[in-house]
Amino acid sequence: MMPHPLRLFAAALFLVSASLTAALASAPQQFTLDNGMQVVVIEDHRAPVVVHMVWYRVGAADDPAGHSGIAHYLEHLMFKATETMAEGEFSETVEANGGRDNAFTSWDYTAYHQRVAADRLDLMMQMEADRMINLRLDQSDWRPERDVILRERGQTLESNPDRVFGEQLRAALFQNHPYGRPIIGWRHEMEMLTGDIATDFYRVHYAPNNATLVVAGDVNADEVLELAREYYGPIPAVHDIPDRIRPTEPPQLAERRLIMRDERVGQDYVNRQYLAPTRRTGDQREAAAFSMLAALLGGSSQTSVLERRLTYDEGVSLATWAGYSGTAIDNGVFSLGIMPAPGVSLQDAEDALDRVLAEFIETGVDSDQLDRVRMQIRAESIYQEDNTESRAQTIGADLTVGLTLADSEAWIDVLQSVTADEIIEAARALDRRASVTGWLMGEDA
Amino acid sequence: MMRLLYTLGLALVLATPAAAIDIQAITSPDGRNAWLVEEHSIPFVSIEVIFTGGAAVDPEGRDGAVSLMTSLLSEGAGDLDALGYASALESLAGSVNFDAGRDQISLSIRALSENRDDVIDLAILALTEAHFDADSLERTRAQTIASLERSSRGPNTIAGRAFSELGFAGHAYARPSEGTPETVTALSRDDILDAHRAAFSSDLVAVSAAGDITAAELGVIVDRILGDLPTSNAQLPDYRSFAADPGVTVIEHPSPQSVIQFGHGGIHWDDDDFMAAYIMNTVFGGGGFGSRLMEEIREERGLTYGIYTSLSSSRFGDSYAGRFSTANETAAEAIDLVREQYDWLASGGIAQEDLERVQTYLTGSYPLRFDGNESIASILAWMQFQSFPLDYVNVRNDLIRAVTLEDIQRVARRLAQPEALHFVVVGQPIGLD
Repeated sequence: MMPHPLRLFAAALFLVSASLTAALASAPQQFTLDNGMQVVVIEDHRAPVVVHMVWYRVGAADDPAGHSGIAHYLEHLMFKATETMAEGEFSETVEANGGRDNAFTSWDYTAYHQRVAADRLDLMMQMEADRMINLRLDQSDWRPERDVILRERGQTLESNPDRVFGEQLRAALFQNHPYGRPIIGWRHEMEMLTGDIATDFYRVHYAPNNATLVVAGDVNADEVLELAREYYGPIPAVHDIPDRIRPTEPPQLAERRLIMRDERVGQDYVNRQYLAPTRRTGDQREAAAFSMLAALLGGSSQTSVLERRLTYDEGVSLATWAGYSGTAIDNGVFSLGIMPAPGVSLQDAEDALDRVLAEFIETGVDSDQLDRVRMQIRAESIYQEDNTESRAQTIGADLTVGLTLADSEAWIDVLQSVTADEIIEAARALDRRASVTGWLMGEDA
Repeated sequence: MMRLLYTLGLALVLATPAAAIDIQAITSPDGRNAWLVEEHSIPFVSIEVIFTGGAAVDPEGRDGAVSLMTSLLSEGAGDLDALGYASALESLAGSVNFDAGRDQISLSIRALSENRDDVIDLAILALTEAHFDADSLERTRAQTIASLERSSRGPNTIAGRAFSELGFAGHAYARPSEGTPETVTALSRDDILDAHRAAFSSDLVAVSAAGDITAAELGVIVDRILGDLPTSNAQLPDYRSFAADPGVTVIEHPSPQSVIQFGHGGIHWDDDDFMAAYIMNTVFGGGGFGSRLMEEIREERGLTYGIYTSLSSSRFGDSYAGRFSTANETAAEAIDLVREQYDWLASGGIAQEDLERVQTYLTGSYPLRFDGNESIASILAWMQFQSFPLDYVNVRNDLIRAVTLEDIQRVARRLAQPEALHFVVVGQPIGLD
């Protein structure tokens, strides 16, 4: 369907990843190298292309206090020189071979990936293995790159009041866990980062036994394993990789409320985030219930509960949304929001949102709607077979947050099997004391 | 040692033939054309239909009519209201997306093989029997205005719009495709009906499909989708090249960074030198990491997170433009540097090894675009929209390899005009008065 003009924005802003995506196609195969590196191979022979990804089990939530942004900064610096490769040579070589490469950092992981003709896989492995141990950071490289990440913060975050608001909400939602820090870092701390700090972080966290290799495409699993042994196999394991035990949230006793004003805001809106459970290995039902709850409340721009009631029937909103992200190590986040129609105050809009949520808990799940959502999940598992890169990405993220391949492959079935009662139970579990509600307003409001 | 290996790798790529993609040109029972790639391994199909016109057919003062009309197609059609229509599609797990662009409306359909005809029925319903009732119109209008209010405050939107107004004055491209809050407020239901009549026709259209479908099945579907549409009555705009006086336009905006859009006239996609220009731009500013502008402005000096240029060669006009963002304090310095890079480009800066590097990249990466039913269907439809021949996919890499350094320098002298550049700066730049 034609997405609502505002729906796109909501999706981009709140990572409405109901995570209804996974795949059932040719079963992925899993290996472990002698040095502890995990390997997953997904064969897909429809096109002569391969995706090569290395996922490190380290992310922004592992940034040492005072050095927020270091995981992301290191991700940038990984494209600088190694013992044998010049600054910029990595990407140049990928491009020269017709490929594309990039990298991304989340709170729980940092991943590097290339997409290239399948017969270039050995070269990708050779270079990725090289920078796993041989990174060499000169001042002439890390200084300008620090300016680049500051520009990145300015361009992608500070220039956008929605993103700044999101950063403020998250900082208020987490009272103790480093999930409350921005991935890119706080500007004043980013300004103090150096090549030495990055190198220390690199030495502690970048090692084969802290990484997962995912290869997907026109490859043979045995040959991938052989190549992985050749290139990644010789890299020694690091035996004192720190456990990923982060400061945890205390019992949250008081709901938080924020008002942010910014003259660049075009339309005021309310967004609320709750602490929520995560997917746990062997036990994904609770997370699946929150995922289905998000799909029922906000998964469709016409038929979902909030949209139908508030935008269509009552006309009090221009858009509403609900989202859940539960693929994380320590805490999931459930979010709800509403952008009021002209003439409706933020307080009235928020009250309407809460009223519809309460009614939903009272009246229960509409079984026709639940059937439709289940049908879409089943179809999504077919559509996803067409997108090998996205399958690789889903599996990489799942494994890196501590789920197993079996968990990852079972997720669609778990979602399908969630009952209406479990969904209502999830809705009841949303606790205002463990939430933050923010109003984003223009200056003149 | 590694260098040697890469050189070896390069030679291998050059020897690799282009991906052999089997595209069928089919003719429907009623004589309509479509392109098809059959791929039966996964039980679904993607169908792409591109209708020529888009926002470019909006009459003066009715900016945003086609865009708003397109948003309303899914808000109730035939005997279904908006919720009924959405529920029906959800029950089938199909998708029917209409997307209004500057020059076209694209209709993207995705359907499981098990219920494909039902999804096609819903697409046809939206295309030919949308209600455009008052309730939906007012609700969608309010949402559109809210969205425009939001985007109209973003520095990228402000820069892009000012740039187009400067270079395409009096042409459809000077006007925003989605309209402004004022024009959208003024649209009547008759304007929406007129937009529907002008935007959808059975003659100015391109159709393609990829996935689990045969030529015969596709032929029937093409006739069903287009059979009830009239022939075009649209007033298409004349072709125009971007032309603005050289200089710098500063638009004050409360932001720590300045967004800077810059450029001048471009090149028609039918031009004999288009491929050379495309390669030239990839070296200069189009190739992401490793492009000359990224190297000079980002890697060497850290002045920006990204800087890109593109040949914006469209159906009804062209420009050659780029954009980046930098701190307000460095805006003046960055603009000078960008001008210097255009001097470098115009005076023959590109070397043989740059050309070869980009040729290898472009030829090697081309097969990567064909990575799923949806992308394949979309590429095939766009190729028809741009009047490319059926075998283009399989000769395109040869065309790229045939470009010489002389071709590049000829087109660089013609296309890169440092003295003609216009810069639009949105922010609070220092030292630009």
